[in-house]
Amino acid sequence: MSAVSLLQVRELVKRFPLKGGMFKRGGGVVHAVDGVSFVVEAGETLGIVGESGCGKSTTARLLMHLIAPDDGRVLVEGREVGPSRARNEGGSPGGLTLNELRRTMQMVFQDSFASLNPRLTIETSIAFGPRVHGTPEREASARAQDLLRKVGLDPARFAGRYPHELSGGQRQRVNIARALALEPKIVILDEAVSALDKSVEAQVLNLLLDLKADFGLTYIFISHDLNVVQYVSDRVMVMYLGKIVEIGPVGRIYADAAHPYTRALLSAMPTMDPAHRTEAPPLAGDPPNPIDPPSGCRFRTRCPFAEEVCAAREPLLTATEDGHRVACHMAHAGSGHSKAAALAAAA
Amino acid sequence: MSAVTINGGGTPVDAPARTQGYWTGVGRRLRRDKVALACALVLLAIVLAAVFAPFVAPDDPTKGSILKRLMPIGTPGHLLGTDELGRDMLSRLIFGGRLSLTMGISPVFFALMLGSLLGIVAGFVGGRANTAIMRTVDVFFAFPSVLLAVAISGALGAGIANAMLALTIVFVPPLARVAESVTTQVRSLDYVEAARASGAGGWTIIRVHILGNVLGPIFVYATSLVSVSMILAAGLSFLGLGTKPPDPEWGLMLNTLRTAIYTQPWVAALPGVMIFFVSISFNLLSDGLRSAMDVQR
Repeated sequence: MSAVSLLQVRELVKRFPLKGGMFKRGGGVVHAVDGVSFVVEAGETLGIVGESGCGKSTTARLLMHLIAPDDGRVLVEGREVGPSRARNEGGSPGGLTLNELRRTMQMVFQDSFASLNPRLTIETSIAFGPRVHGTPEREASARAQDLLRKVGLDPARFAGRYPHELSGGQRQRVNIARALALEPKIVILDEAVSALDKSVEAQVLNLLLDLKADFGLTYIFISHDLNVVQYVSDRVMVMYLGKIVEIGPVGRIYADAAHPYTRALLSAMPTMDPAHRTEAPPLAGDPPNPIDPPSGCRFRTRCPFAEEVCAAREPLLTATEDGHRVACHMAHAGSGHSKAAALAAAA
Repeated sequence: MSAVTINGGGTPVDAPARTQGYWTGVGRRLRRDKVALACALVLLAIVLAAVFAPFVAPDDPTKGSILKRLMPIGTPGHLLGTDELGRDMLSRLIFGGRLSLTMGISPVFFALMLGSLLGIVAGFVGGRANTAIMRTVDVFFAFPSVLLAVAISGALGAGIANAMLALTIVFVPPLARVAESVTTQVRSLDYVEAARASGAGGWTIIRVHILGNVLGPIFVYATSLVSVSMILAAGLSFLGLGTKPPDPEWGLMLNTLRTAIYTQPWVAALPGVMIFFVSISFNLLSDGLRSAMDVQR
């Protein structure tokens, strides 16, 4: 592990004000992302899972600076986006321009069709990023063709085609090539394989893993498909209502999750083994309204182990052991939760 | 952009290496549309006749003869008869196309420029800029278009230039509204987001990603406005706010011939027939264009 992590996210906050019409002000605020902090090391894949509306995609857009955060910081290699003398870490080389960020971090979207301009050939689409960054046309075009080859599409056959002439899997390969055209270090995959057929999905996943090895990439892999996340991730981050509830190595999360929400999610995973069939719905009810989240622990309204302390105090994301952090009173000895007392006694 | 066409003797499933460009496809689909093709030919004929009027027209459109007033259609020497001052109708209709087509097309063209600019900027920037532009445009929507055209051109004074200015002002709001709604729609698509993520500036995104996907629908709408513009221009001339006699213009000709509606109804209706043909051709052509530009087929 190098001295400075590739990506550091600190206390990121994004609120979306609700529009109450012209004459109503302050209708309410949705806390889409509420104090999210995590670190991504170079070369790893961080999986982000959670229900719809838990803030996964908002986090991705905040990282890409496609939307402005209300609070918090994003540091890439210890440098923050901003003017060169901005708040940077120690003796690091100063702030990161937005253009430098774009070259360091790229994103692949879920909808393979909507994320390609229907009027541009796929070669033009891929070459667009390098062209914007001042690469001469000939060179950008050569790079686009090279990348098409890398994602498994023969440039002689595909370079001049339009998006509607491609299948979903082929289009997503083009989107991956487009993201790689700026030679980024980090690629955010926002549900990038979720819309594909299972067989195509497997091919694209394997392509992603090959590309990661070839280019030395770091992935942030956002998905609601727990099987896929388990397959590709080194570490997994579980989000619930805009907060991280648990983060840790993939083996630890999938084998021995500490947060009841993570356990509920995992028990909802479809399985091939009839002996481990999911019989009862693991979670009851809908997620609470994010405009008015519950006090204390946000999961307590659906948690089978909720106690008084859960409503009174919000559990902090605290390390239980190396690299594994949980936001649950049950996992924190001395929190006042009955199960935490048992934990302390056992230890 | 230099894909080499090598098809490697692939299976029949293999599509050709270099598929045709977007506009080539539009042209091909348009040519397959019989109605649109016929309309295009009619318009082409009328436009060519108007452009080359001095060579095509059999007679001087302003030279009258008091002896040959209101001759019926089919009179020898005057194929379509003569008007109330004995001028050759065919020649006047051919020459009239010059002014009428100009009055029909140029206001829409200028409004297309201005309206698209306003609408695209409003749609792309959004927020307060959108509200400011679109609410201002809405003010003009409050008036019926005929009334607005008459009011503006009346205030500015009669004349072709003023009539065209008035018509341009009338057509800016609807075009701006269409441009704004299409742009808003396109702006929210992922490929615009992806373009922003690759670091492109606002103008680059508008130029490369917005314009290409927005101008099509706006252009189709504009072609349908050409017929409206022709009819409004004819109306202004009819009211004496556009062309001045003796210049031939279809709307003005309708006006001056209205006294002859009982004596020579067919001759009096001829300018209206021309307006009808041109405007229906523009409408059907824009319909054909709309379906030809639908990429997903």
